[in-house]
Amino acid sequence: MADMAAEEQTLQGEQLNGQIQSPADLRMAVASEGVRPAGAPIIEVEGLTRHYGKLEAVKGISFEVYPGEIFGFLGPNGAGKSTTINMLCTLLRPTAGRARIAGYDLVTQRNKVRESIGLIFQDPSLDDRLTADENLRFHATVYGLPAAVSKQRREELLKMVDLYDRRDQLVRTFSGGMKRRLEIARGLLHYPRVLFLDEPTIGLDPQTRLHLWSYILNLRQQKQITMFLTTHYMDEAEYCDRIAIIDHGKIVALDTPSRLKDMVGGDVIRLRTSDNAVAAQQIKEHFGVEPRENKGELVFEIAGGEELVPRIVEKVTARIASISVRRPTLDDVFIKLTGREIRDEEADARELMRGFMRSRRWGRR
Amino acid sequence: MATTVVTPQPVRMEQSLTPINGPFRRNLNTIVIIWYREVLRFVRDWIRIITSLAQPLMFLFIFGSGLSSSLNVVGSQANLPPGTPTLDFRTFLFPGVLSMTVLFTSIFSAISIVWDREFGFLREMLVAPISRTSLVLGKALGGSTIAMLQGTIMLIFAPLVGVNLSVGLVVKLMLEMLLLAFSLTSLGIVIASRMKSMEGFQMIMQFFLMPMFFLSGALFPLRNLPGWLAFLTKINPVTYGVDPLRQAVLRALNLPQFVLDALGLGVKVFDTTLSTSVELLIVAILGLIFIVWGALAFNKQD
Repeated sequence: MADMAAEEQTLQGEQLNGQIQSPADLRMAVASEGVRPAGAPIIEVEGLTRHYGKLEAVKGISFEVYPGEIFGFLGPNGAGKSTTINMLCTLLRPTAGRARIAGYDLVTQRNKVRESIGLIFQDPSLDDRLTADENLRFHATVYGLPAAVSKQRREELLKMVDLYDRRDQLVRTFSGGMKRRLEIARGLLHYPRVLFLDEPTIGLDPQTRLHLWSYILNLRQQKQITMFLTTHYMDEAEYCDRIAIIDHGKIVALDTPSRLKDMVGGDVIRLRTSDNAVAAQQIKEHFGVEPRENKGELVFEIAGGEELVPRIVEKVTARIASISVRRPTLDDVFIKLTGREIRDEEADARELMRGFMRSRRWGRR
Repeated sequence: MATTVVTPQPVRMEQSLTPINGPFRRNLNTIVIIWYREVLRFVRDWIRIITSLAQPLMFLFIFGSGLSSSLNVVGSQANLPPGTPTLDFRTFLFPGVLSMTVLFTSIFSAISIVWDREFGFLREMLVAPISRTSLVLGKALGGSTIAMLQGTIMLIFAPLVGVNLSVGLVVKLMLEMLLLAFSLTSLGIVIASRMKSMEGFQMIMQFFLMPMFFLSGALFPLRNLPGWLAFLTKINPVTYGVDPLRQAVLRALNLPQFVLDALGLGVKVFDTTLSTSVELLIVAILGLIFIVWGALAFNKQD
C-alpha cells in the first residue's frame, strides 16, 4: 500500500510532465503490480473467431477488460493480434462468437460501438496534406461533435499532446513521433470510452517510444480511459495492467505481467560450457531441472539464481565459458508456453520490410 | 507479491454529457467535409495541378499542331470559295482534351480510395459512426469538383487554339464537365471497390482508361467508322460527354452549317442523331447507376 502511494506521487510529479528519462522511470510510473480488475467489464469477448477462407486466424478467444485498465495483446507477428483488434473496432466481421464493448453488441450495434471507441492504427492514418487542426476538425465532424464543442476539444487535446503551437502546420512536416501524438489526440477527440492501439510504437525510435508511453500512462491516470493495445515488444507489454499472450490465434495465458513472469519459475540462467551434454546431466542431477539447449547455450530457470551460481560452478565439471543470471522477461514466459521466441528472424525481416515500405510512404505522400 | 485491490474509481462518463449531432446531420456534414478535403488538397497541391496539365497540353499542342499542319478538318478543300472559315484541327481537338482531363482526373481521384483504404485516411473514416454511403457521396462530389476545376484550368489555353470564350460558354462547359466528372468519378469508385491493392492500377490504366479515352471521339470525329469501332464508341460513356462539350465550343464559332455537318456532331444511335440534352441525360443516368452501384459495393464490403 505504501509503495502504491509512493508510486502515485511519482506519477503526479515530474515524470508525467514529459520528464521520464529512461524505461526504468517509466516502469516506476506503472502501478500495475497486483491491480485486480473491479467493476463491470467494458469489453466482453466470448468465443470470437475469424476465418480467412480455410485459415483460422483467431480461434475462439474469450476475455474481459475492465474500465480504466491497460490491457495488452502480446504475440508474434501473424498470431492474430491485428485480426482481433480489427474485429473489436468493427472493421472486420467475426466469423463466430460475440463481443460487447461499453455494453453494445459488436455486430448488431455497430454504430454505437463506433461512437464509444477511439483507434490508433498500426499504420499512420492522418492526411498529411492537411494541417494538424484540420485533421482533428475532420474527425470531430465525422463523429458529430457540435462546432463549439469541437473547437474547445481540439484546443484541449492539441495542448495535451504539445502540438498546439504547430496546429496550423501541414502534417507532412511532422516527425514520426509528432504524427503519433496527433493520432492519439484525434483518437480521444470524441470522448471514447475505450482506446484501441494497434502496435502504437512500431517504427518509432526508442526515445519517441518512451515519450509516447509517458503520454499513454498519463492519459490512463487523468482520464480513466480503458486502453486495449497490441504489441510484440516485450518491454512495452510490461506497462500493461494485464496481458493476454496470443499464439496461433489462441490465448495461451492471461494475467498481470508479474504473475506471468512467476510462471517461469525463478531466474533464467544461461550457461556456455565446453561440453553441454555433460553439464546438462550434472545440472539435472544436482539441481533437479532439465536445461534446454539453445544456440549452443544451456538455459534453465531456477529460484534464487544468483545464490546458486557458485554451486553450479562447483558441480559442473565441464569447463564453463560463461554464465549469466537474469530475472525472467515476458519473452521467457512466451518460450515457456510455446517453445519459441516471440521474434524469430523471419518476423524481423518482415518488420524491416514493413518499416521500409512505411518510410517510403511517408516520403512520397 | 501483495495484491492490492484498487477501489474502482468511477469512470467519468464524459461522453454522455456531450451532445452529439444526430445521424442525419452527422452524415450530411461528413459528405460536406469529405468534399472539402478533396478540394483543399487539390488547391494546395499546385505541383500536381501543373504536372497534370502536361499530358493534355502535349495532346493539344504537339499532337494537335502536328496533325493540323497536314490536315484541316474542314475547309482545305480546293473548291471552296476564298474567305470560307476554316477550322483548325486543334479547335476541334480542344473539347476532346477537356474531356480527357476530366476523365483522367476523375478516375485517378476515385482510385486513390484504394490507397487511402489500405494505408491512410479512409481507414479512419471506416471506423467512424457514419454510413458508407456518405463516404462514397462525399468522395464522388469531391472528385468531380476537382476534375471539373482541372478542366476549367485548361480553358486558359482556349484562345490559343481559336476558341472564343464567353462567360456563358465557360459556365456551360463547367457544368457539362461537372456532370461528366461525376459519372466518371462514380465509375472510378465502382472500380476502386473491386480493387484489393494498387497493383491492379496498371491494368485499369491499359484496359479501361486508355480505351475509354481513344473510343470517345476526343481525338477524331465519330463518322464513317467501321462497324466494330462505331459500336465500341457508342457503349463508351465518355462519348456522350465529349459531344456536348464539342458542340458547345464549335457552335459558338458561327461556322457555316456544312462545316458543322462534316464534323460528325451528335452521337448517332440507331440512325437517330441524339441532341445534346439527351446525351447529357445519358451521362446523368449512367452517373446515377454508378454511384448507387459504388455505394452498394462499399456497404457490402465489410
